[in-house]
Amino acid sequence: MSASPHDTALRIAGLSCFYGPKAAFRDVDLDVPAKQITALIGPSGCGKTSLLSSINRLTDFIPGCRLEGRIELAGRNLVDDGVDLVALRRRVGMIFQKPNPFPLSIRRNLELPLREHGMKDRARRREVVEKVLRDVGLWDEVADRLDTSALNLSGGQKQRLCIARALALEPELVLFDEPCSALDPISSGVVEDLIASLRGRYTVVIVTHNLAQARRIADHTAFFWVQDGAGRLVEQGPTEQLFTAPRDPLTRAYIDGVRG
Amino acid sequence: MTAAGNAYGRGLAGGRGDRALKIGVGLAVALVVFAFGWLLFDIVGHGLGGVSWAFLTDVPASSGRSGGIGPILISTLLILAVCLAAALPVGLATAILLAEHTDAEAGFGRLVRRSLDILAGVPSIVFGLFGNALFCIYLGMGFSILSGGLTLACMVLPIFIREAEEGFRAVPRDLRLAAAALGFTRARALVSIVLPAAMPGIVVGLVLGIGRALAETAALIFTSGYVDRMPESLYDSGRSLSIHIYDLSMNVAGGEPAAYSTALVLVTLLLCINGSASWMADHWQRRRASP
Repeated sequence: MSASPHDTALRIAGLSCFYGPKAAFRDVDLDVPAKQITALIGPSGCGKTSLLSSINRLTDFIPGCRLEGRIELAGRNLVDDGVDLVALRRRVGMIFQKPNPFPLSIRRNLELPLREHGMKDRARRREVVEKVLRDVGLWDEVADRLDTSALNLSGGQKQRLCIARALALEPELVLFDEPCSALDPISSGVVEDLIASLRGRYTVVIVTHNLAQARRIADHTAFFWVQDGAGRLVEQGPTEQLFTAPRDPLTRAYIDGVRG
Repeated sequence: MTAAGNAYGRGLAGGRGDRALKIGVGLAVALVVFAFGWLLFDIVGHGLGGVSWAFLTDVPASSGRSGGIGPILISTLLILAVCLAAALPVGLATAILLAEHTDAEAGFGRLVRRSLDILAGVPSIVFGLFGNALFCIYLGMGFSILSGGLTLACMVLPIFIREAEEGFRAVPRDLRLAAAALGFTRARALVSIVLPAAMPGIVVGLVLGIGRALAETAALIFTSGYVDRMPESLYDSGRSLSIHIYDLSMNVAGGEPAAYSTALVLVTLLLCINGSASWMADHWQRRRASP
């Protein structure tokens, strides 16, 4: 697929998310550019994570959670009931705040999803395992212990393994939910560089509380704030513009550290 | 007294409290270990002399005073096998339903849970009468190893389900979300990720269940009977080790030495089964970890 930098990979229009009667966020319109990095910033409780997990419909796991509006990916509205969730989640990878490798070996962590999605050929699976481990810079660190438990890895290595696991399925879109917030500063830097290196190959949406991180790696940034008890998208634009010349006074107050 | 003095005084009192607590806890632990040690010592001391290969394989003679426990050992294992064959699939399925698909404290899940709690509290003699009425008479299985095993399965189910459910609930939500985000169907995530992670709880339930089944006497008297011949099929009556001990110590004058030896065999069997269950679970998890 050849995407010019200004293609839109994902279009969110008039999207609201409710937990029972309470809205997590309301009326969000957001275009996510293809093969670029889009950061979602804002204070806790403004619906960033809810928005992120509505894109791969993990919101279905929250009892009483309901979506309204449109999320368009390749011409389909993902909010529709008839969406094939298995296919959707194969196309949209997700990395969580806390690294969550399966309690299996490093190799099986990567092979299990491949097998699940029908890759029967063992040799082919091994190739993919090596390729994605090289992609995330983990190959040299773990090549000699692929069959040991993934739980023995360090926090940063676990998170890179989780990224490799998502990339192994060749998703179009990768969602990151504060991927560095549970890591030490050095691992955090490594993971951040890794995410930045995905630019141009994958469409990335990342939720982060770290404004400096958003500024370093994101091409586009969207700022959320809580209004009337629900999250709202206040302002979005190219990252440099949003940080240097925000249009909304709330955005300015937040990035200057006056509020939030 | 000054404020500082007060604080200091409280600190000292706290120290004394700590010591008293430590001693109290230590005594309680010593008591438990002592009770277990004495029991084991008593059984091994009285029973070891009578245990031999012949004792394990011979048929009992003179109402069990002499001879061995061969048929009784076989009957016990058969009863246990029937019990597990019935309880494991039903129990696992129920635990999965309770842990994965129902709310902990509402509606159907609550009904099932309450039923299990009540079942767990029913005295075993009542299970015996129930098993006798249902399996022996109504379903026409008579006094048989099959009736006994199925009755034991009913008794073991509540314990096994409760522990297995805990095992499933102890699996972190992170893992389920990770599996879902990778496009696993719910069923596949259950088999590949959740079930292995829940193994420790399942094994604990299994071990507790086996313990209860092996120890049971009252429920078996009415269902599997106490014939001490070698069983030829599951429809034969068979005497379990626990009933043999009961019979020897209560009804047979001079049966005590053989009762002690049988008790030693029973305890050893229990330890072996428990040990191998946890070893198997361990081994299985390790094997799954590699390709």
